[in-house]
Parts: sequence; C-alpha cells; structure tokens
Amino acid sequence: MNESAYIIVLVALIGGALRVSTPFMFVALGECLTEKSGRVNLGLEGTLVLGAMTGYAISYNSGSPWLGVLAAGCAGSVLGAMHGYICKLPKVNDIAVGIAMMLFGTGVAFFFGKPYIQPSAPQLTSFSLGAWTGNKEIAQALQINPLLLVGIAVGLAMAWAFANTKWGLIIRMTGDSAPSAKAMGVSVDLVRFLCTTAGGFLAGIGGAFLSLFYPGSWNQGLSSGQGLMAVALVIFARWSPIRCVIAALLFGAAGAIGPALQSVGITQGYYFYNAAPYILTLFIMIASAGSKRAARDVPGELSITK
Amino acid sequence: MADIAEPLNPPSMASKHWDDLSIRLRRGAEFVVIPLLALAISALLFSILLLVLGKSPIEFFQLVERGGFGTAFSLQNTLQRSSPLILTALCVALPARIGLVVIGGEGALVLGGFASAVVAIPLVTGHAPVFLTLCLMAIAGMLIGGIWIGIVGYLRYARGVNETISSLLMTYIGIAIMNFFVEGSLRDLANPNKPSTMPIGDAYMVGPMPGTDVHWGLAAGVVLSVALYILLSRTTFGFAVRVAGGNARAALAQGLPVGKLIVICCAIAGACAGLAGFFEVAAIQGRANASLAAGYGYTGILVAFLARHNPLAIIPVAILFGGIVASGGLIERRMGLPDATVLVLQGLTFVVLLMSETLYGRFKIFQVRGAADRT
Repeated sequence: MNESAYIIVLVALIGGALRVSTPFMFVALGECLTEKSGRVNLGLEGTLVLGAMTGYAISYNSGSPWLGVLAAGCAGSVLGAMHGYICKLPKVNDIAVGIAMMLFGTGVAFFFGKPYIQPSAPQLTSFSLGAWTGNKEIAQALQINPLLLVGIAVGLAMAWAFANTKWGLIIRMTGDSAPSAKAMGVSVDLVRFLCTTAGGFLAGIGGAFLSLFYPGSWNQGLSSGQGLMAVALVIFARWSPIRCVIAALLFGAAGAIGPALQSVGITQGYYFYNAAPYILTLFIMIASAGSKRAARDVPGELSITK
Repeated sequence: MADIAEPLNPPSMASKHWDDLSIRLRRGAEFVVIPLLALAISALLFSILLLVLGKSPIEFFQLVERGGFGTAFSLQNTLQRSSPLILTALCVALPARIGLVVIGGEGALVLGGFASAVVAIPLVTGHAPVFLTLCLMAIAGMLIGGIWIGIVGYLRYARGVNETISSLLMTYIGIAIMNFFVEGSLRDLANPNKPSTMPIGDAYMVGPMPGTDVHWGLAAGVVLSVALYILLSRTTFGFAVRVAGGNARAALAQGLPVGKLIVICCAIAGACAGLAGFFEVAAIQGRANASLAAGYGYTGILVAFLARHNPLAIIPVAILFGGIVASGGLIERRMGLPDATVLVLQGLTFVVLLMSETLYGRFKIFQVRGAADRT
C-alpha cells in the first residue's frame, strides 16, 4: 500500500464509522434507557430487523422516507410494548422473553418483508462533511445522514434528562431499587413498560437507517447481530448515554474495517474482517464485565450482570 | 374421642404409595398441561393471523399434518430433521439446569460440522477405514462444539460475562470462521457454484438406520437425551448441577466446584450441538458450507424451553417441530406463504410459552394440600 491508499483507508474508516455507527447508536441508546429502568431487552436485534422492514415498506408505499422512519419507530415501540407487558407478569424472565422477541421480530419482518426485497424505496437524503476538500472520493466517503445527528442529540438529551429532570430521577430510582420506587408511590411496572416501549422506538429507528440509508436496501441478511452487539455495548458504556454514543462510533469504525480495506483492493480475509466487530464485542465484554467501575455504575435491579 | 385419635393411625403402606403417585402425577401434569395450553393458544393466534391475511388455517394445519406426519416419507423426513433439533435443544437444556441461558447452539453446530468435514479431508484422500474416519469426524465435531460452548461457560464463571450475549456472539464468530476457510484455503475448487469444503464422498457417508431412511443421528439424539436425563436425575454429578442451578451461593458454601460444573455442563452441551453438525455433514450435506447454518440452533432453543429443559421431553417436542420445519416447503408452495411463515409460528409460540410461565401455581387442580414440603 502506498501513501494515498492509507489516506483512502483512513477516510473510509472515518466515513464508515459515521455511517455504520448510527444503528448501533440508536439501539444502544434504546437499550440504555430500558436498562436504566432495571429491565433487559435482548430482543432489540428483532426490533432492528422489523424496523428496517417497516421503514422500507412504508417509504416504498408512501414515497416519503421520513414517514418510513416514523413507522419503523412505531413498529419498534409495538415490540417494545409487548416485551414490557410480558415481563410485567409474575415469574416471567426478561432474558428469555428477549430471546423470544428476537425470533418473533425477525420472523414477522421476513414474513411481511418478502414482497419488498426486489423494489427500491426512496432513500433518506444525506449531506457530505468532506465537500470542502474538493476531493470527490473524500466527499463520497464522508456522506453523513441527519439521523446520525439526531442520534447524538438524543444521547445528549438523555444524559441531561437522567441527571436533571424528575423523570430521569424516577427512571434511575426504578432501576436501582424497585422497593424505594414503590415507597415513593411510583408504579415500577409502568415506568419499565414506558422505558421498554421508548427503547423499542429508538431501536426501530436504527433499523430504518439500515434499510433507508446504509446499506440502503431490504433483505433478510440486512442485520447480522448489530442489535445484539449494541446491547453488549451498553455494558461497555456503563449505562451512560454519552459513552453509548462514543462506543457506537468506535464500533462503527470496527465494522468499517472490512469494506475500507476492500475499497483499496484488499479482499484477503474478508470474512475475517467481517468477524472483527463480533470479536471486538466479545473482548470488550470480557474486559468490562468484571471491572469494578462497571459494578459501581450498574443499575441495581438489572439481571444481566448477575 | 375416637375421631381425634383416628388420624394418628398410620396409613397403610399401600395407600401411602398411591398418595405419593397421585401427588407426583398431579405435579407432573402441570408441566404438561400448561405448555400444551400455550401451544394451543399460539396455534389459535396464528390461525387468526392467517384469517386476517385471507388464508385458511385449516388448510395450513392439514398441510403441516400431511407434510410432517401424514405419509411414511414425510414422517421420515420429519424424524431426519428432528435429530439436529434434539441435539441443539440439549445444548440449551443442559446449561439451563445450572442456571445459564445459552443460545449459541447454532454456532457449535456449524463449527462442529466444519471441524468434522476438515478432519475428513486427509482421511478420505488417504483411504482410511470408513468406521474409523466417521468416529474421528464425530469426535472432532463434538470436541470443537464442546470447546466452543465451554468457552462461554468459562467466561461466565471466571469473568462474569453474560452467557446469553456471548454465546450468540460466538455463533456469529463461528459462522465467520467457517466462511473464512470455506471461501479461502479449504475451498473445493471442483465445486464452483457454492463455496464448500471437499466432499467426503458417498462411501464415507453415514447411512440410514436399518429399515428406514432416517440417518443414525436420530438414534444418537435419543440415546444422548436418555443418558443426560439419567446423568441429571440419578447421579451425584446431576444432583450437584441441580443444586448449583438452584442457588449457586449455597452450592459454593457446600463446597461444590460450581465453576467446574458450569464449564463441564457447557462443554457437554456444546458437544451435543457439535455432534448435530457432524451428522449434518456426514449424513445430509456431505460437505461443510453455508447451508449448515440452517437455523436448527434457534429452533432448538424453543424446543428446549417447551420441554422445560427436560432431556426426555425434548424428544417428542423436537419431533413436533421437526414436522413443522419439514412441512415448511409444502406450505410455501401450496398456500403461497413466505418461507418465514414457520419462523413466525415459532416466534409466536415462544412468546406465548413464556407468558404461560406466569400460570404455574395458579390452578388449584394441580396443587396438593399439605404436600408443599415434598417435591
């Protein structure tokens, strides 16, 4: 590789990080909200896929990609509400329900999404961060989507709300100690139901980004574990929305390694680079699971780290 | 005074025996009736979905019956498919007994199948004896599968890594590893259509069991289910596993090697899924390629939960779902439904089944007064 190839790879990595990270960001923020309230929703992988399908289908039928994004969020919140309601029943394990919702969401998305594999739906518009360089390749690589900015804004807003608002305090209290929330007259089940539903909404939007911007089509192999990795990311981010955003960007870069190297003609070990995000996630989980800082920051009611 | 003294009379041995039996039956009935109820409700909900879509639910279930169980051919097809389901369900059930939710059976199956196909390459080209080759292939598959899920158990115990997430991540990694080799250094260049390893050849394939078209994987699955049932319910090891699954802290206080038990359980579980991969390669596909990741590992999760992680109950549940999976093609052709129909039915069943967990202990008919201290 010569020098210009390095620059192309670097720009592709940055551009890839900005593009690939958005679904991670939305799912991680959704999961962060849910887990802050003391419940785990492992089913966000299914929510992501269903959101992608719904967003694509609505965008195709209505001609408006933003309507698709909204519909994807709504589909996600339906799945989130189902999860929230089922976990409210006594003796039901939220991890198992998450697995079931993952299979259910994926199945429903494949079932209703079959007619939409062929046609192409209107895509979300984007703008380029690299237009000022005048270099066409760089401008192309640094295409970013407004949803990325929305995701960052949501992350900042969540961090602010957790620290400064009454609702933020209620959610944190429910997550840390259900008995004290009950003592304050808060309905624990209602708070968790709302948080899971809102988390599903965010994850659904992440799905719409997959089908409506990058990679920008609907097929059955669209999401391969992004939703799951985002759930793992929340542990790494120690339940802080801002760290969720940063971790998502890091993951986006890891996911962009394969395509970036491919863009300069290195195809050797393509499948290995495809595995890179999963391996990275696993190592991050190993590194962060036993850490003292994670043990300090974890919401007390959470079953995922016990 | 006689009416007070009467209960002090010891009951005869025979009636005590019958009491015990009736208590056990009533208790056991709860674990059968509630899952059956969940199955019935999900069938009902699925029928409503079909009606909304303008399809006939009666036709659907008739096709499941015909495509899965109706004829000798379809029944054998079903049994063929239930063999990997039994083995991958065991991969979920065994860790579940020690309190772990492991859902990585798909990855262990894929890598186990891949490992046995790789081991076969030098043996087949060297014309090694068939039986020896198959044994080595099976051992390779079980070993790799066992290591794969064993890692998940080790990470859980040693580092506190959540086993549900890590096992699913390991599945993605496993599939990527197989693709890496199958597309690269181990690719059979004689087969340009689909990247695969070198075929093991007809002479080395596992044949059907005598009198049937069903391969030996079914027998292996049934034997392993029975063996693991005995291991869990009749041995000291099984007792230790159940204690650790009930309360890990109490088990540690009793001096049980909880970490070792977790890793062993996960390794046996992974070996079962790896064996499923071996049979998929040696009895069905003849080579390792992307078709190994056919979703048996995911259906196995549902099978294990429906069977309440009881190895014996896994067998009938796996046959039922083997039939549903087997009739998928027929349903797709006859009713014009997408191939994901079976996935929707499975997902719905899973959700309803987990909701039904809340019913345990709610029905008076299953409760036996004064028997709370017996189990």
